[in-house]
Amino acid sequence: MGKTERTVTLAKSRLTWMAEEFGLPRIIIAGLLLLLFILTPVVGVDLPTQITNIINRFSWNAVLVLAMVPMIHSGCGLNFGLPLAIICGLLGGTLSIELGFTGPLSFVMAALIATPFAVLLGGGYGLLLNRIKGGEMMIATYVGFSVMSFFCMMWLLLPYSSPTMVYGLSGNGLRPTISLDGFYNQVLAGFLHIKIGNIEIPTGSLLVFALLAFLMWAFLHTKTGTAMTAVGSNATFARAAGINVNRVRMLSVIMSTWLGAMGILMYQQGFGFIQLYNAPNNLTLPTVSAILIGGASVNKASIPHVIIGTILFQGIVTMTPTVMNSAIHMDMSEVIRIIVSQGIILYALTRKTEGAK
Amino acid sequence: MNEKKNIPAGKRLSELVRNNTVPIMFIIICAVFIPMAGFSPSYLLNEIVTRMGRNLFLVLCLLFPIMAGMGLNFAMTLGAMGAEIAVILVADWQIWGIPGVVLAMILSIPFSALLGFICGTLQNMAKGREMITSYIINFFINGWYQLIVLYVMGSIIPILHSSIMLPRGYGIRNTVSLLNMRQCLDDLLAIRVAGVKIPVFTFILVALLCLFIVWFRRTKLGQDMRAVGQDLEVAKAAGINVDRTRIISVVMSTVCAGFGMVIYLQNIGNLPTYSGHSQIGMFCIAALLVGGASVEKAGIGNAFLGVILFHLMFIVAPGAGKFITGDSMVGEYFRVFLSYGVITVALIMYEAKKRMVKSKAGRELAEAQVKKEDA
Repeated sequence: MGKTERTVTLAKSRLTWMAEEFGLPRIIIAGLLLLLFILTPVVGVDLPTQITNIINRFSWNAVLVLAMVPMIHSGCGLNFGLPLAIICGLLGGTLSIELGFTGPLSFVMAALIATPFAVLLGGGYGLLLNRIKGGEMMIATYVGFSVMSFFCMMWLLLPYSSPTMVYGLSGNGLRPTISLDGFYNQVLAGFLHIKIGNIEIPTGSLLVFALLAFLMWAFLHTKTGTAMTAVGSNATFARAAGINVNRVRMLSVIMSTWLGAMGILMYQQGFGFIQLYNAPNNLTLPTVSAILIGGASVNKASIPHVIIGTILFQGIVTMTPTVMNSAIHMDMSEVIRIIVSQGIILYALTRKTEGAK
Repeated sequence: MNEKKNIPAGKRLSELVRNNTVPIMFIIICAVFIPMAGFSPSYLLNEIVTRMGRNLFLVLCLLFPIMAGMGLNFAMTLGAMGAEIAVILVADWQIWGIPGVVLAMILSIPFSALLGFICGTLQNMAKGREMITSYIINFFINGWYQLIVLYVMGSIIPILHSSIMLPRGYGIRNTVSLLNMRQCLDDLLAIRVAGVKIPVFTFILVALLCLFIVWFRRTKLGQDMRAVGQDLEVAKAAGINVDRTRIISVVMSTVCAGFGMVIYLQNIGNLPTYSGHSQIGMFCIAALLVGGASVEKAGIGNAFLGVILFHLMFIVAPGAGKFITGDSMVGEYFRVFLSYGVITVALIMYEAKKRMVKSKAGRELAEAQVKKEDA
């Protein structure tokens, strides 16, 4: 009796250990996605199309999710200020078109132009976050909002004149949605594009993500990268070890901002449109919940978290509408997506973490 | 008191300005914008009085969590959602006028209280980051609200009248008309002074809430709440049940927000089912902060001043934007920018001050230690 009981408790503790290790939300979401995959042929939805969609959307969003990593590592928490980074990317994209670049060159120029903005705005943002340690997330949220609404005015007032971007009638003020046909629409996705049966793979986009993710991984293993992790896990200890905490945090914020700017350019080249005004806000919470679904926490994140999280989140986003629609003729996907993604963020925030201040 | 008198007048004035930077800034903005927008004074006065009646109750409900040191309650939206569910049900039962409003208020209590309890419990699990948690809770519960209103109502919860239902047979329409309930509280005892309609009864309700807040601060529970707000550890040592007190403050806030939302909706006269609550939290918080409140300290006066200044800015900004740039959209974005901006500045000031106090305490401790070692 005693022995079986012990085995049961042992099995139970192992189960809970596994749940802890792998993360309860990750298990639930992975289970949900698996269920959707199993349901796909049953309800008569084309599986290859779904897989193509997931890979595509992964290639749009992965870099944005990667942008979360540096700030989580340095203890700045989840980057709810993503709109700031996105604005840098938008400036790069619109200026590149305004200056008359077309085709693949316009993408390169957009990335080049976005970089100084990301360094400048990211630097200011980092300076601010260094003065309010402990309250980063709430302030990041509202810094993002403020910058976004400030640029809402700027998109109307800045002297853009390219006829592809401004309102046709009045001739000034950028349109909310700008088509990228003839500019950098699909420039990366079309590079080395592979088609196997019905499954299409945007190789170029995935390669660029792989390159950035590798650079991120390599950076985290350099001296500065290790210092960043040290600052994130224990700032007092890091200071005692002679690390300039503020400088490391600032660097992480600039990296996050730059990656976010690149991320939105990647998103645009896949999606085919530049979205201005209040659009940056729509990407923040999905991006944050994607990395959390991947198994990251408020103060711990890695490259696998980014990859797993983006696949799981985008899988849910693409699969639920089609599968649910054909299964029960009721499109509840939007509501389910809100509940799942916000629930994940809440779970991460309410969990007792060692690094919590 | 005596110390204050000895400070020279110039210094006192500069202190006054420093402590009230945000309201003074808004007074200047309004003073510049009003002539540009070119509205008549009676129109402005009318609008302000209407908006005070509409929003004051909602803004006042933010005071409870601030009292308990939980910061700005971004989750006051939960109360608004509870009230909206109550209003939908009352509208479906066709109970109009004052009885309808009263019933909606009573009916909103269980919904708001339940949501407030959930919110308070979650915030207790996330001490130190209550605000961001409340901000996310707001989106999370919004998902559940949509699930209930869009799918459960009409299919599981019976909805009798097809006029408020979507054509597909379940779910509620994007707008629910509350025409038969419109301004019934405002019109009760309303008086007109020089063309300005004053909704006396609504103001009486607001005054009752103010009295309640003043009274509540003196009760045992109110004192406990303030103690918790001052210092969690000290309050715990003094034998106060910290978690319970904090939950009560959030529940009170959401229930009051529910009442406030019913007042708001009867003034508007229709219910935007899916967007009615989304901006409420942000605008109320911005209004309170414009009135000179901070994250840890806010009073009734802040709420009144804030609602007046914030809504004055809100009314005149599009017109002023059109005057300056020829495009009224710029003014609209400008007022949104100002609302976000004022919240951002308040949050930054709060966190910076918190850090300063902490480092000062640390320095004092270190100095004391050095002195001890010297001795």
